[in-house]
Amino acid sequence: MIKLFKVKEKQREQAENANGKPPVKKQSPGELRLHKDISELNLPKTCSISFPNGKDDLMNFEVTIRPDEGYYMGGTFTFSFSISPIYPHEAPKVKCKTKVYHPNIDLEGNVCLNILREDWKPVLNINTIIYGLYHLFTEPNHEDPLNHDAAAVLRDNPKMFESNVRRAMHGGYVGQTFFTRCM
Amino acid sequence: MADSIPQSRSRDLDKLLLRPGNLVGPTFEAGSQLRDDIKECVRVLVIGAGGLGCELLKDLAFSGFRNLEVIDMDRIEVTNLNRQFLFRLGDVGKPKAEVAAKRVMERVSDVDIKSHFCRIEDKPISFYNDFHIIVLGLDSIEARSYINSVACSFLEYDSDDNPQEESIKPMVDGGTEGFKGHARIIMPGVTPCFECTIWLFPPQVKFPLCTLAETPRTAAHCIEYAHLIKWDEAQSGKTFDPDDPEHMQWVYSEAVKRAELFGIPGVTYSLTQGVVKNIIPAIASTNAIISAACALETLKVVSGCSKTLTNYLTYNGVEGLHTKVTEFVRDKDCLVCGPGVLIELEASVTLKKFIDLLEDHPKLLLTRVSVTYRGKNLYMQAPPVLEEMTRSNLDLPLFELMGKTPRDIVHVTGAAGKGDKKQSCSRKLRVIFKGMVGVTDMDMAGGA
Repeated sequence: MIKLFKVKEKQREQAENANGKPPVKKQSPGELRLHKDISELNLPKTCSISFPNGKDDLMNFEVTIRPDEGYYMGGTFTFSFSISPIYPHEAPKVKCKTKVYHPNIDLEGNVCLNILREDWKPVLNINTIIYGLYHLFTEPNHEDPLNHDAAAVLRDNPKMFESNVRRAMHGGYVGQTFFTRCM
Repeated sequence: MADSIPQSRSRDLDKLLLRPGNLVGPTFEAGSQLRDDIKECVRVLVIGAGGLGCELLKDLAFSGFRNLEVIDMDRIEVTNLNRQFLFRLGDVGKPKAEVAAKRVMERVSDVDIKSHFCRIEDKPISFYNDFHIIVLGLDSIEARSYINSVACSFLEYDSDDNPQEESIKPMVDGGTEGFKGHARIIMPGVTPCFECTIWLFPPQVKFPLCTLAETPRTAAHCIEYAHLIKWDEAQSGKTFDPDDPEHMQWVYSEAVKRAELFGIPGVTYSLTQGVVKNIIPAIASTNAIISAACALETLKVVSGCSKTLTNYLTYNGVEGLHTKVTEFVRDKDCLVCGPGVLIELEASVTLKKFIDLLEDHPKLLLTRVSVTYRGKNLYMQAPPVLEEMTRSNLDLPLFELMGKTPRDIVHVTGAAGKGDKKQSCSRKLRVIFKGMVGVTDMDMAGGA
C-alpha cells in the first residue's frame, strides 16, 4: 500500500523543489541485450560489422559478407540490421543492400532465412543470424525461393546458375535485370 | 463510527474505506480521512484511452479517485465505437485522450482528468514520477516494456539491497485479446517487473517470406505478401504507414489480386487491417472485466483496504469462464528491476581500473568486460571496430565518463565465473563515488 502521509509530504517537497534532474536518456532492455550480443560477437574472417551511426548506436548496423567458397566466392554483400527496442522478443529486421542474384534473396533485398522470421527464438543472437546469412551464400537453397527464376535455374541447371551468378557479380544483366558489380 | 460520517455518493466504496476488516493491509486506517486523501492527494496516470482505457477512466473515477491523467497518441476511428463507449460518431478523428477525459468529467462530478495527446516516449521521465500509481491499458509489448523501465528507474535500493518503499512506483497492467485477458500488479523491487517475465509472451506469428512469395495458402499469406514484398517492389523508397488509409487500401487491393491468382477466398479490408496491424478482434465485455479488476487492484494498492492479488490474474472467457491467479517470481538478476551489485569507487578510478576491479569482485568475477552507461558505450571488448573506437576511454576516470554523476546505474557484460564454468552475462551495477555525496545521496542514507 502507498503510505498516504508520505505521499502528502512528497508533494509538498516537490512543489518546493520544482526543478528536478535533467531528462536523461533511457536505455531500453533491448539495447542492453544487444550490447551483450555485440560485445560477444565472434565473426569468421569472411564477415565484418560496421556501425554507420557511431559507437553509441548499436541498434542499426551493417554486416558485410565476403564468401571464400561456393558460387558467390569473391563477392561482397552488405546487409543492414535494424533492432527493435523489445529485442530479443522480436527478431532483427535484416535487408540485403547489395542487389544479388540469389534464390533466397529477392531483388528488393528481402531475405528468406527461417531464423529471421518463423523460427526466431530469443535464445538466438546476432552471431547466429550472421552465420545464417553466410550459410545462404555457401548453400543457396532452391526449395525456399524468394527469387523464383534464380531458384528454378539453380534446380534445373546448376552450371547455368553458376555463370549467372558470375555475370551478376561482375556487373551485368541476367535476363531483364541489371546487377551492379560487387566483386 | 461509520454512522457518524456523512455518507458519500459512493456507498459501496465507503464500506471498504470506512470500516476495519480482516483482510486489510498492515497500515490500513479506516475512516473518512483515508477517503479524502484518496480524493485529494493520490494522482493516477492511465496509459491508453482505447478499449481498456475508456473503461479504466470510468472505473477509477467511480472508485473515488479525483486526480487522473490519461495519455494516448491515437485518434478515434469509426471501428472503435462499438466498445470504446466514451466516443460518439461525431468524435471520429479527435484525439482519444481528450475526448475520453472530457466525457468522464461530464458524467462524474468533481473528477479532474488531464489529457495528454502524445506518445509515451514524448514525455520526460520526470512526468511519470509525478504519479503515485500508473495503470496500463495498452496493446503492445513495446509500450509496456518502455513504461516498465521508466517506473523501475525510480526504484532505489538501500545498502542491503532492499527496495526503498517510497521509491516504488506501483503499476497495474491490464491486457485483453479477444475473450482472454490479464490483470497484474507490478511493484518494482517487490513483485516481478514486466521484464522479469517477458519470456512468457508467445512469439508473434510470422510467416516465412518464401511461403508468401511462392506458395500462399491463406488470405493472411496474400495480405502479408502485399504488405511485405509487393509494397517495396512497387513503392520503392516509400515507408509503409499502417495508419494511412490510402496505404492500407493499396495493400488490400494488391492482396485481393494475389488471392484471385491463387484462388484463395477471404481477403477483406478489415482482415487486411487485422493482419498488417496485428489486431485481434476486441470484445467489450473482456475489457470491462479486466478493467474492473485493474481499478479494484489500484484502489487496494493505494488504500490498503484489502490484500492485492499476488500477482497475475488471467481471465479466459473462450469456453465458459476461467480465472486464475498465479504468483510469478522475480528474476533476481533482472537488469531492469533488480538491485544490481553495489560498487563504491574513488572518483579517480579509471575505466581500466574499474574493469579490473570487476574481475576480482566476489559477486561478479567478470572477465572480458564491456561497459555501457545510459546509452553510451564506454568500452566494448568486441568487435574489433568498436574496441578501437572505445579504447581511448580506458585511461579516463569513470567519474568523468559518467558526466560527474555521484551515483548511477552502469551496465556491464562479460563472462562470469571461474575456469570451465564461465558463462556470458549482463549485470547491473550501482556505482557510487566516495566523497562525492550530493543531494541525491541523502535518500540513500535515509533509507538504510
